[in-house]
Amino acid sequence: MAVSLKQVPRLRPGFRFQWEPAQNTHVLLYPEGMVRLNDSAGAVLKEVNGQRNVADIVAILEQQFPDAGSLENDVSEFLNDAEQQHWIMLT
Amino acid sequence: MTGYHAMPSGDRPGIGPPLWLLAELTYRCPLQCPYCSNPLDFAQTEQELTTQEWVKVLRQGREMGAAQLGFSGGEPLVRQDLPELIAEARQLGYYTNLITSGLGLTEAKVNAFRDAGLDHIQVSFQASDPELNNAVAGSRKAFDQKLAMARAVKEAGYPMVLNFVIHRHNIHQMDDIISLCERLGADYVELATCQYYGWAFENREGLMPSRSQLERAEAEVNSYRKRLTASGSAMKLIFVTPDYYEERPKACMNGWGSLFLTVAPDGTALPCHSARLLPIEFPNVRESSLHSIWYDSPGFNHYRGDSWMPEPCRSCDEKDKDFGGCRCQAYLLTGNADNADPVCSKSPHHDRILAARKAADHATAGLEELTYRNADNSRLFFRG
Ligand code: SF4
Ligand code: SF4
Repeated sequence: MAVSLKQVPRLRPGFRFQWEPAQNTHVLLYPEGMVRLNDSAGAVLKEVNGQRNVADIVAILEQQFPDAGSLENDVSEFLNDAEQQHWIMLT
Repeated sequence: MTGYHAMPSGDRPGIGPPLWLLAELTYRCPLQCPYCSNPLDFAQTEQELTTQEWVKVLRQGREMGAAQLGFSGGEPLVRQDLPELIAEARQLGYYTNLITSGLGLTEAKVNAFRDAGLDHIQVSFQASDPELNNAVAGSRKAFDQKLAMARAVKEAGYPMVLNFVIHRHNIHQMDDIISLCERLGADYVELATCQYYGWAFENREGLMPSRSQLERAEAEVNSYRKRLTASGSAMKLIFVTPDYYEERPKACMNGWGSLFLTVAPDGTALPCHSARLLPIEFPNVRESSLHSIWYDSPGFNHYRGDSWMPEPCRSCDEKDKDFGGCRCQAYLLTGNADNADPVCSKSPHHDRILAARKAADHATAGLEELTYRNADNSRLFFRG
């Protein structure tokens, strides 16, 4: 299932994304649970705000990481995963 | 539903921070569930912590790195300062969970809590139909109230988490329970078979399902799960089966003093909510900081690492996996909390588990024969 560039990702109700200083990492918190995110997952979710579409997010990240080349595939793949895990919704 | 990954390191080598703080605000509760995990002598408990004392606990916990916070009890709603505590917790950055029977909840409170920053309300049910639910809860109007509150929680935009405690008197209802949850629009459904501590240990014979009951229930849950996946539903089913039917114990609390910190209504700090029954002295937040309690108190260090283990755990190659199982279960079933959890088939006390399984095959006690959790019965326990 490919993610289209026009889709807008948002966190599912009840999910909260935040930086945890004590763990030195971004986490996703949900009812009675927590996922510790690696750097790239954290960087993508940081830009997910329910307004930006996938293309916007890719553009922002490519600007942040100019040496990384095209990020479209990585970002789509992660968002696809995140949707399957029911962390986010794509509309 | 815990999804913790690699452990961050804390202020002491080998000891991570408490990521999960459980605030048991009170032992007071309008219900009388015969499987309640509160201590048998709860009626004897000393004065509850004040609002200011709780605020201090929340601040110290967050500073140490706690990210998940549960408000439970008893029934946490009986605390008048709950909105204040929720607001403080949210402002500190906790993900706040309210674990409630739904009794005493109103739509106005559901909304007020949301405005104060509450992230999640878990409503617990006793069964899928009013008659059985109310019989188990020891209350006549509980079921309708719970349904109304589950709907209000959904309406207010919270994730909907419904919890059903499963035992031999409702385990045949799996299909009905899940379809009720589906109709209510639940996001998560916890089907949690009782764990036998506290009141549930007293009532074990009358609560524990037989193996054939359990197998039927598992099959029902699995086929329901398949249907949900096929229909694209996001509702998650979590079925917690009783460890009495396992050959290896669970890695209780992910290891003693490794992630979880419970503070009881009177300020006693515990590595798990039932540890109070152990013959170990636990510190109190009125006397020490959470930091020194977690890292330095004898109570919290008692079962850290594995040097305390006797055989068969000591020389077992699985000890890093399950840490020898649950200390409370070892204590309740063998009289010595150091022993291997008798659930383990390598334990010399495994026969106690086999006997309980056998008893479950022949149990006939009705609901009315269980000992209900109420102040009168509790007083019997500390007098006797
Ligand atoms: S298990 Fe039942 S009796 Fe115990 S605190 Fe919860 S609702 Fe009250
Ligand atoms: S002997 Fe002890 S450590 Fe080994 S599997 Fe059994 S309980 Fe776990």
